[in-house]
Amino acid sequence: MSVDVNTVRRIAHLARIAVSEDEIAPLQGELNAILAFVEQLGSVDVEGVEAMTSVTPMAMKKRADVVTEGGRADDVVFNAPATEDHYFLVPKVVE
Amino acid sequence: MTALNELTLAEARDGLVAKDFSARELAQAHLDAIAAARGLNAFLLETPERALDMAAVADAKLAAGEARPLEGLPLGIKDLFCTYGVPTTAGSKILEGFQPHYESAVSHNLWRDGAVMLGKLNLDEFAMGSSNETSAFGNVVSPWRRGGSDAPLVPGGSSGGSAAAVAARLCLGATATDTGGSIRQPAAFTGTVGIKPTYGRCSRWGTVAFASSLDQAGPIARTVRDCAILLRSMAGPDPRDTTCADLPVPDFEAALSRGVKGLTIGIPREYRVDGMPAEIQRLWEQGAEWLKAAGATIREISLPHTKLALPAYYIVAPAEASSNLARYDGVRYGLRVPGKDIADMYEQTRAAGFGREVKRRIMIGTYVLSAGYYDAYYVRAQKIRTLIKRDFETVYADGIDAILTPATPSAAFGIGEKANADPVEMYLNDVFTVTVNMAGLPGIAVPAGLDAQGLPLGLQLIGRPFDEETLFAAAQAIEDAAGRMTLPTAWWA
Repeated sequence: MSVDVNTVRRIAHLARIAVSEDEIAPLQGELNAILAFVEQLGSVDVEGVEAMTSVTPMAMKKRADVVTEGGRADDVVFNAPATEDHYFLVPKVVE
Repeated sequence: MTALNELTLAEARDGLVAKDFSARELAQAHLDAIAAARGLNAFLLETPERALDMAAVADAKLAAGEARPLEGLPLGIKDLFCTYGVPTTAGSKILEGFQPHYESAVSHNLWRDGAVMLGKLNLDEFAMGSSNETSAFGNVVSPWRRGGSDAPLVPGGSSGGSAAAVAARLCLGATATDTGGSIRQPAAFTGTVGIKPTYGRCSRWGTVAFASSLDQAGPIARTVRDCAILLRSMAGPDPRDTTCADLPVPDFEAALSRGVKGLTIGIPREYRVDGMPAEIQRLWEQGAEWLKAAGATIREISLPHTKLALPAYYIVAPAEASSNLARYDGVRYGLRVPGKDIADMYEQTRAAGFGREVKRRIMIGTYVLSAGYYDAYYVRAQKIRTLIKRDFETVYADGIDAILTPATPSAAFGIGEKANADPVEMYLNDVFTVTVNMAGLPGIAVPAGLDAQGLPLGLQLIGRPFDEETLFAAAQAIEDAAGRMTLPTAWWA
């Protein structure tokens, strides 16, 4: 399988990465080189093989449903580009 | 007397306890070496005040006879580990200025055991690369050069800063991470030792995520023993990482003297790849001879799905990366570029903040996870991953204790040499290491010799899950037979 320029635009939008028109063609070439490389997987017989979900056999650890590190709002917003009263600020979403 | 930064980590530890020198002197020797080596661009950030403060605490502990396992030993930290109050970039512009208000589990464990932080080390952006050339903060120059040439070489990647700093004696050891070979390939390129432990041995908490089912932290150091000492401190259970194993951490250093007598070492025939230089083939045979001479049994084995590991990796890793890197949206940390609405802000921020390789991988990951392609690509790759793991389980059940392979298909290459190649050519660097991540196994790279141009070549040993001890024993046997690697003299200083 290979991707055309419209698919490149669609993927970029799904990935929320702005791409300029002159970036499209090089990206298309690079993505198709990678897709051509992984193409060989298509010929492998995977009938009846279970897809891996955990690389080491382990039971999911469970913690008690309690607050372990609460009360750190200052730390949580410390690195945010824009905040107000411990809220993250973003451009207006709802008109 | 040997310059203090030329000592191994084990020698420095013993010298501190014997009061041959102070932790402050040891830290200062390294800070001076770092200042003289800025041309290598191995450190993104130097933290001299913190180093000297930590050394002062270490000297007090040593004076009181209360030395912890890594008391006063100066280390470099790959800039993928979050360090409290110290900028952490992951090699990306999108995290420029980010100052974590928490400490990664691995670095926390090192400070708990008395280690001294020298600074943060350069890396490929978000650990995506095999040459350190995708870093947003410039290339790392390897301390190695080809004989008779001063052309700058890559140190490998993604832990290029870690490997270069250790090889150039700027730190006694360094933290690193390995998703497809990012500890072992740079270790092999720089004549150093690097171990990727079993998936789950080290906590991933507080380490910037690339591909969560593959990422593991481990050390790079100048000897097998130094790696054993560091890994013991780095590893251990952590309730904050649900995939971190609840297993006690063995005394890896004690395993070094076990030897290889009675072990059966497998030589996988599928690792003889087309176009592999004859000197790597010879070194591999030499490695098997060394282990045999030390008492191991050598047996040829087959791992039939080997060649599928790299293509399957280039579905699984980008898929996980596209999910993990969705968090860089200009809202909670790092760069924000304004846009005409919130979606445009996301798109402009990510366009400006991510480099080419990272964008490429996010887009491949987005594509293979998108509606209509998920089963054909992602689910199929996860099934192939099961087959790769089964290959290893079969040979281990058949009595193989560890597997010997080359670490890389070539020695280090020049900076910019692969700039015009398609991305897949760079990916082929990890052809021998990536199987290990796909199967969650431990792997160690140990220097074994030089090529005709005088560049180091490494061998890799692959072990059973949570049996790093056997790897350390076998790697020690190779180091003993090959002799300690002679590192380049400091032309950069």
